[in-house]
Amino acid sequence: MTGRHPMPTLSPRERIQSFSEVATGYDEATAIAEAQRCLHCKNRPCVNGCPVNVDIPSFVSLAAEGNFNEAYRVIRETSSLPAVCGRVCPQERQCEMRCTRGVKGEPVAIGRLERFVADNCKESAGPVKAAPNGKRVAVVGSGPAGLACAGDLVKLGYEVVVFEALHVAGGVLVYGIPEFRLPKEIVRRETENLRSLGVKFELDCIVGKTMTADDLFREGFDAVFLGTGAGLPRFMGIPGENAKGVFSANEYLTRVNLMKAYEADSETPVYRGRHVAVVGGGNVAMDAARCAVRLGSETVTVVYRRSREELPARREEVEHAEEEGILFRFLTNPVEVLTESGTAVGLRCVEMTLEEPDASGRRRPVVKEGSEFDLDADVVIMALGTSPNPLVRTAAEGLRTGPHGEVFADETGRTNLPRVYAGGDSVTGSATVIMAMGAGKRAARSIDEDLRAERK
Amino acid sequence: MVRVISNRALNPTVYRMEIESPRIAERAEAGQFVILRADERSERIPLTVAECHRERGTFDVIYQVVGASTMSLAEKKEGDCLSDAVGPLGNPTDLAGMRNVIVVGGGVGCAIALPVACALSEKGARVTSVIGFRSRDLIILQEDFERCSARLFLVTDDGSAGEKGNVCLPLSSLLESGEKFDAVITIGPLVMMKFVAQTTKPYGIKTIASMNPIMLDGTGMCGCCRVTVGGVMKFACVDGPDFDAHLIDFDEAILRSRTYTAFEAEARERHCNLFRKEAKS
Repeated sequence: MTGRHPMPTLSPRERIQSFSEVATGYDEATAIAEAQRCLHCKNRPCVNGCPVNVDIPSFVSLAAEGNFNEAYRVIRETSSLPAVCGRVCPQERQCEMRCTRGVKGEPVAIGRLERFVADNCKESAGPVKAAPNGKRVAVVGSGPAGLACAGDLVKLGYEVVVFEALHVAGGVLVYGIPEFRLPKEIVRRETENLRSLGVKFELDCIVGKTMTADDLFREGFDAVFLGTGAGLPRFMGIPGENAKGVFSANEYLTRVNLMKAYEADSETPVYRGRHVAVVGGGNVAMDAARCAVRLGSETVTVVYRRSREELPARREEVEHAEEEGILFRFLTNPVEVLTESGTAVGLRCVEMTLEEPDASGRRRPVVKEGSEFDLDADVVIMALGTSPNPLVRTAAEGLRTGPHGEVFADETGRTNLPRVYAGGDSVTGSATVIMAMGAGKRAARSIDEDLRAERK
Repeated sequence: MVRVISNRALNPTVYRMEIESPRIAERAEAGQFVILRADERSERIPLTVAECHRERGTFDVIYQVVGASTMSLAEKKEGDCLSDAVGPLGNPTDLAGMRNVIVVGGGVGCAIALPVACALSEKGARVTSVIGFRSRDLIILQEDFERCSARLFLVTDDGSAGEKGNVCLPLSSLLESGEKFDAVITIGPLVMMKFVAQTTKPYGIKTIASMNPIMLDGTGMCGCCRVTVGGVMKFACVDGPDFDAHLIDFDEAILRSRTYTAFEAEARERHCNLFRKEAKS
């Protein structure tokens, strides 16, 4: 039995000097060899591990034959964004976790194969599109939930317009995830694919401010999907948090990714600290830390209150971060941002220990007495998650939302209002790209069911 | 892309631009702002809507040239396009129950104060305006304020026009006169708003300040516009931009507003050098 084929990457030294993509992708021979590792299990456990149920065994066996165009078509049947998912899905907790080959060895590298297929499909073998059905759907937000919803609806014959608040389509895929992990050219290509299927994009348009869902209904839309994503960044509520040099990860990443602060001719600046501390342990924390390294910071330290085992970030991102020289302070929690004349100079932290798992199975961190110590930090980045975008509350009159502004929508994406659907981080709070896509797809199915029922 | 209808200088560094956008023009109310991007490489600049021309489907912004991106705005001519305009953002100024109001504007902040004064006067409120500038040649919108105000007090730091001194001078005498005011609304430099708040506090008059912190997306996503109000973290873009001036931590806001001052100076320098190069070639 052979192990899985490693992903070729740029050397850490090359990486930290640019924003070029770190993982360079399989070549054709490696992709075919890796695809041939699939055992073609009858019960197809991997498919159930995928939030959008990509027909993994079929696309992998087509890839094993070298038929990448057809493999791509199979993925596109269920996923609108294969090149994105192949790069950013936490496969080790989804499809690959269920892979039979993983029981006694290493699972098939499904994500890497998905990426290879998406990047190397020669013709844009688009999915089959139904005849126009005369119904119009407004999709609010062009992040993963919105794009997935739009992609499915346009294939079913709906006229789809996506409304985006920012000046570029893609949502978190463009403002959040850095170039070195997900090149913006890939996102552009994926949104181009949707455009070529007939999806229209209206940028610089905030539903809830520029117009409301009711305005959209008056303009002749038959349904509205709210995929407005995560909003307000969380802060810790510790002293010094509003000092100069303290940023939310959203701000830091948006300046770097959306506004291209790393390019010499960008007019949007970003602080390039000497010593950067990133608080949090998710993918967003890894992204912020790895951006800081590339912007030339001398030390970058990730401060996380639990231990390595609990890190929510994708394993590959943590490995890459460590290779790039990022330091990790596990079981550490900040208690104060130290300042001098209003500017951050350090981070006062305490050490933590983990209690036995509670009812939820999570081990609660508790402060170790007398363990206070200080880290040098002239830039502190808070990557603690977000609550849903607050403007979504004003998007549709009467929309039921929770105490944190999260939209109440059921598993099928239906809200308390007829013709208004929601999914993604605006419903669940911070989650992953693929979870949001899954929610977008389920909402698309519900919209289709409900509008079909009306026609009868 | 949105079209620039006109763009003219009001004083050496302050410009008034009319922009075509029927959607924004139809919705924007006094106190709300838009985010503009001059060109593909420009920053997202938050600017308060100075006036809406609903019948023409246009709106005006008044801005001061500070860094590279506002320089790019200033270079736009009639018929040129801006890369982006999005809005209206923030909450409109809450004018409910205000019948006798003092509006205090300072410098380019007068551009934000004016639509509030106009909206109040249209609602039938009695408006007393106090506007302050550094010197005579920086005065903007004086005639507009005269039109919508029952009384207008003009002050300059150097005494080159109106009374010599700062806005707190006429404000104090008004408050001291014993006349009952429902509210004081102040918009201008943070330091000025801080002193306006200190001046009104002993009189227990409701005082509202319009905050204009650094912003990025303007939709509650980035958190850089955070302001401490009554000890609680607020986001100017979605919770404001107006807050109770007696509760705002102005000292913190002043520090935060200087986050990118060095970058602005550098960008200005770079932009000017670019000009010089172009002029030479």
